[in-house]
Amino acid sequence: MADIGILAATKSAEHPVYRMIDGPRGAKPKNRFSRANIIVYGTLFVVALYYALPLYVMIVTSLKGLPEIRVGNIFAPPLEVTFQPWVKAWQEACTGINCDGLSRGFWNSVRILIPSLILSVAIASINGYALSMWKFRGSEVFFTILMIGAFIPYQVMLYPIVILLREAGLYGSLTGLVLVHVAFGMPINTLLFRNYFASIPEELFKAARVDGAGFWAIFFRIMLPMSLPIFVVAVIIQVTGIWNDFLFGVTYISSPDRYPMTVQLNNIVNSVQGVKEYNVNMAATLLTGLVPLVIYFASGKLFVRGIAAGAVKG
Amino acid sequence: MTVENASVSIKNLDLSFGAVKVLQNLNLDIVDGEFLVLLGSSGCGKSTLLNVIAGLLEPTDGQIWIKGKNVTWAEPSERGIGMVFQSYALYPQMTVEGNLTFGLRNARVPKDEIKRRVARAAEILQIEPLLKRKPGALSGGQRQRVAIGRALVRDVDVFLFDEPLSNLDAKLRADLRVELKLLHNNLENTMIYVTHDQVEAMTLADRIAIMKGGKIMQLGTPAEIYGTPQNKYVADFIGSPSMTFYDGTVDGTVMKIEGHDLPLGAYQFTNRPGPGTPATIGIRPEHVMTGDNLRSAPYQTDITVDLVEPMGSDTLIYCHLAGQPFRFRMDGSAVVRKGERITIGIDPARASIFDKDTEERL
Repeated sequence: MADIGILAATKSAEHPVYRMIDGPRGAKPKNRFSRANIIVYGTLFVVALYYALPLYVMIVTSLKGLPEIRVGNIFAPPLEVTFQPWVKAWQEACTGINCDGLSRGFWNSVRILIPSLILSVAIASINGYALSMWKFRGSEVFFTILMIGAFIPYQVMLYPIVILLREAGLYGSLTGLVLVHVAFGMPINTLLFRNYFASIPEELFKAARVDGAGFWAIFFRIMLPMSLPIFVVAVIIQVTGIWNDFLFGVTYISSPDRYPMTVQLNNIVNSVQGVKEYNVNMAATLLTGLVPLVIYFASGKLFVRGIAAGAVKG
Repeated sequence: MTVENASVSIKNLDLSFGAVKVLQNLNLDIVDGEFLVLLGSSGCGKSTLLNVIAGLLEPTDGQIWIKGKNVTWAEPSERGIGMVFQSYALYPQMTVEGNLTFGLRNARVPKDEIKRRVARAAEILQIEPLLKRKPGALSGGQRQRVAIGRALVRDVDVFLFDEPLSNLDAKLRADLRVELKLLHNNLENTMIYVTHDQVEAMTLADRIAIMKGGKIMQLGTPAEIYGTPQNKYVADFIGSPSMTFYDGTVDGTVMKIEGHDLPLGAYQFTNRPGPGTPATIGIRPEHVMTGDNLRSAPYQTDITVDLVEPMGSDTLIYCHLAGQPFRFRMDGSAVVRKGERITIGIDPARASIFDKDTEERL
């Protein structure tokens, strides 16, 4: 036999009339279409549209043929989808004397990016670890000097570095540019790693020392396995920074054969001979932006976790 | 005590951070197999001292000797110590077994020896089922057990504990406290234990060193510390609720405080003061007599109850005595109401008398 009390209780919770009779009960119902919601979501929608629109225009333009572009209607989707502009941007577009497209710049950029990335992240992580865990006499001064380096405008250092590289016999080479990237990435990445390691409980470090681990053993076996999020952040900052760099590339590379992708893109888009091929320009720009985009998509979650690094504790 | 049977000796230790003197000319000999508790409020230098013993901090001056060797310049891992931290400090990416063996692997101990030691530690601490788990999957009590295990597998002479129970809830803390004492009884290692909790200190210690401002205020057995505190600071620090202090003068065998002449009778003076010496007497709440016990009290007086705090096992009574708030402890079954007048008895022989200026015991 069903318990009458329980029956009554369930009824009153489910049945709207009982609910009215009994008065408020449980969670308060929310109005989805309240004025606040409409304002918040409306604003978000408009802002999202505002940001997405240029990207949309770029994509549809890059998929149109030149005759279709001349008609105007930049917002209209392509009537006839063609990948010809992408192929041309990658393989055939001319910059100066070379007519082998962006592919040359892409591989140059990769050759610059990989060693710069590995070197700068490796050195910065060791720097940050030493500065937070193995404080030595003058370590704070050293760190301050490094930080001041982060605030000096690049323009001031452009020419002195040209001289330095020339004297070292590296001016114009990819190696020279790699060294410049490593040096300029050092302050921000050291700061990043130092702050992250400083958030790791000091007792963990002490315990490892009592356990007989030295400088490298603590770094590789205790600290590194705990630091994946911050490494992801450093990699993202370095990849986007180095890949998007234009100033150093155009300054320290002397031959168009070795220009990074961004410099080559600029040369393609700004070339003044012949017809302006908007579709090829759009495709080239999208191709250049693809690498940072892929990095963001691949590591989005870890990136957020690394930014909120304080929350990652053992 | 001779230094020959000392397990750990601290000799003329000084430590300053810039102008701040954290430890000042500190001397301490800890006997082999002793459980020594360093007790003090925060900032008294007790944890600093432990870190110096462990070799995690460098002293400004002085020496540390462990097992007859001067280890002042030795690395922490070379000192023959194991350490347990307040936050457990387990390596989060390693399993419990990895945590236990990390130090042994660093020291290149042979594999079968590692296995033997881990098995022994796991058995003693009853953490065998946890060996394959990561610290994140353990409760606070289990984590602290693993942390103790990490010190245990090192097979060392001296264990250092830095407030190991402070992160645990009250019940678990009491349980682990007993386990620690049992562990010490079994292993008979030297243990140095830092805490700010006087209950932990009283229950665990063979001897307690009470610290303040980088100095040891008193070193003695729990009974000595509780019964004959050497100065007013120690008297005030130990005991909960703490002593009530009255200023007055000592005249021969009488302690005069406002409106009361307390006969000192059986009080054991360490150094008998001259007549009319200004002094402070401290009375423990649990040494005030009521009811049937009154007969043995050398001094009796009446008070009016201001407030009653029943704690279950006993009851705290708040009142005024000699123009000052006074509290004492009664049996929990006593029925007392606010405003009631009752007779209490005081035995000055069980109280502590201090010089008013130096605050040293008289």
